[in-house]
Amino acid sequence: MGIVSSGFFGRGRRDDPALPPGQHLTDGFPVLSAGPTPRITPEEWEFTITTETGQVHRWSWTEFLALQQDDVSRDIHCVTSWSKLGTSWRGVSLDTLFESVESDCEFTMAHSYGGYTTNVPLDDLLDGKAWIAHEFDGEALEPAHGGPARLLVPHLYFWKSAKWVRGLEMLRQDEPGFWESNGYHMYGDPWREERYW
Amino acid sequence: MRTGWRVAEVIGVTPETRTARTLRLRLPGLTGHRAGQHVDVRLTAPDGYTAVRSYSVASALPGDEFDLTVEELADGEVSPYLVHQVAVGDQLEVRGPVGGWFVWDPADPSPVQLIAGGSGVVPLMAMLRAHAAADPASPGAAAPFRLLYSVRAPDAVYYGGELDDLARSPLADVSVVYTRQAPAGSGRPPRRLDAATLVESVLPAADNPAVFVCGATAFVESVADWLVQAGHSPDRIKTERYGGTGTRP
Repeated sequence: MGIVSSGFFGRGRRDDPALPPGQHLTDGFPVLSAGPTPRITPEEWEFTITTETGQVHRWSWTEFLALQQDDVSRDIHCVTSWSKLGTSWRGVSLDTLFESVESDCEFTMAHSYGGYTTNVPLDDLLDGKAWIAHEFDGEALEPAHGGPARLLVPHLYFWKSAKWVRGLEMLRQDEPGFWESNGYHMYGDPWREERYW
Repeated sequence: MRTGWRVAEVIGVTPETRTARTLRLRLPGLTGHRAGQHVDVRLTAPDGYTAVRSYSVASALPGDEFDLTVEELADGEVSPYLVHQVAVGDQLEVRGPVGGWFVWDPADPSPVQLIAGGSGVVPLMAMLRAHAAADPASPGAAAPFRLLYSVRAPDAVYYGGELDDLARSPLADVSVVYTRQAPAGSGRPPRRLDAATLVESVLPAADNPAVFVCGATAFVESVADWLVQAGHSPDRIKTERYGGTGTRP
């Protein structure tokens, strides 16, 4: 236990099993972004997966919406220490998007409109662990929260859930993305408090 | 370990407003930091419960001391303790300073435009102070600096005397927009920051300034949109948003 802060008692929930270490609950939905919010219309939006051979799998907005849609409820954990439990999303599982993709790579880099990048191992995107989400709480995802669509990888710190996502690039070796090059952890497991280097 | 928890001692407290104060901390082993970085502060209750929040560093001091300015949030858990209870001589656990993006680099000769909403002025103050203290030989020392500070009322202004001094110096231009209550005798009614006022007040896009915007989410969203509409390149605009539900400018 650390230094006891004399006179501090706190009023957060104790021993909430859903809350990773060092996190506190929020009812709001704070925004963390590094720059201006890109304004992307569904008409210009597309999503791609690019393999090591240069093959590009591409979905337009219409094609993307025609894929199987999942409704998922997950807890999310931001590295700035807020967590939000039971958030509701609708989107396409990465399992669905990867069905036709052949690649030997174990790593990926997510690329976003506006230039943001973040690295995620392929294993963390598959087997029901990640989605490209376009609805939050039954509404179209707002631009400030990553709309038209964002990556949703809820078991990692939320900076991995790239807003305004436009594609995944398959990588043979792990490489740091944007925040990972600016002091944040390469993997970002909230249960192991992998916040900073 | 730079990013593990370490113990800092509170060596000074200075009120900024009725709801905010600056804590000066000494962190043995610290050798300065970058302007714009933040630290995490961890409080521990007697039963072992802990609460962690992030606060921007306000100072640009060499050595092992730094300032945090903390605004008390109405529904806050950590901020009321830091604003009202912590005293000189107390120890606090801190992690950092961290952050490599929302920082001003004295090696960058670009003109700099700072835009603050309320308590968002804190990391921008660190940049103003780092600029004022920069080695004259560093490329950034001669860079034009401009601050636009949107604030509710005169009694909500942080660092007022120091900003007045800076405004009179050749180091920086400072303009303040009062959104609810203007200073007595200013002859200018309070007004919300809007796109036109913003564009009049900031360095022109043609100068290609490095722009740092910090404030509540809604403030930052609006300002960043207006800057892009006024021709500022999105990749020259760095933002830091205070969480929660902020007010519009």
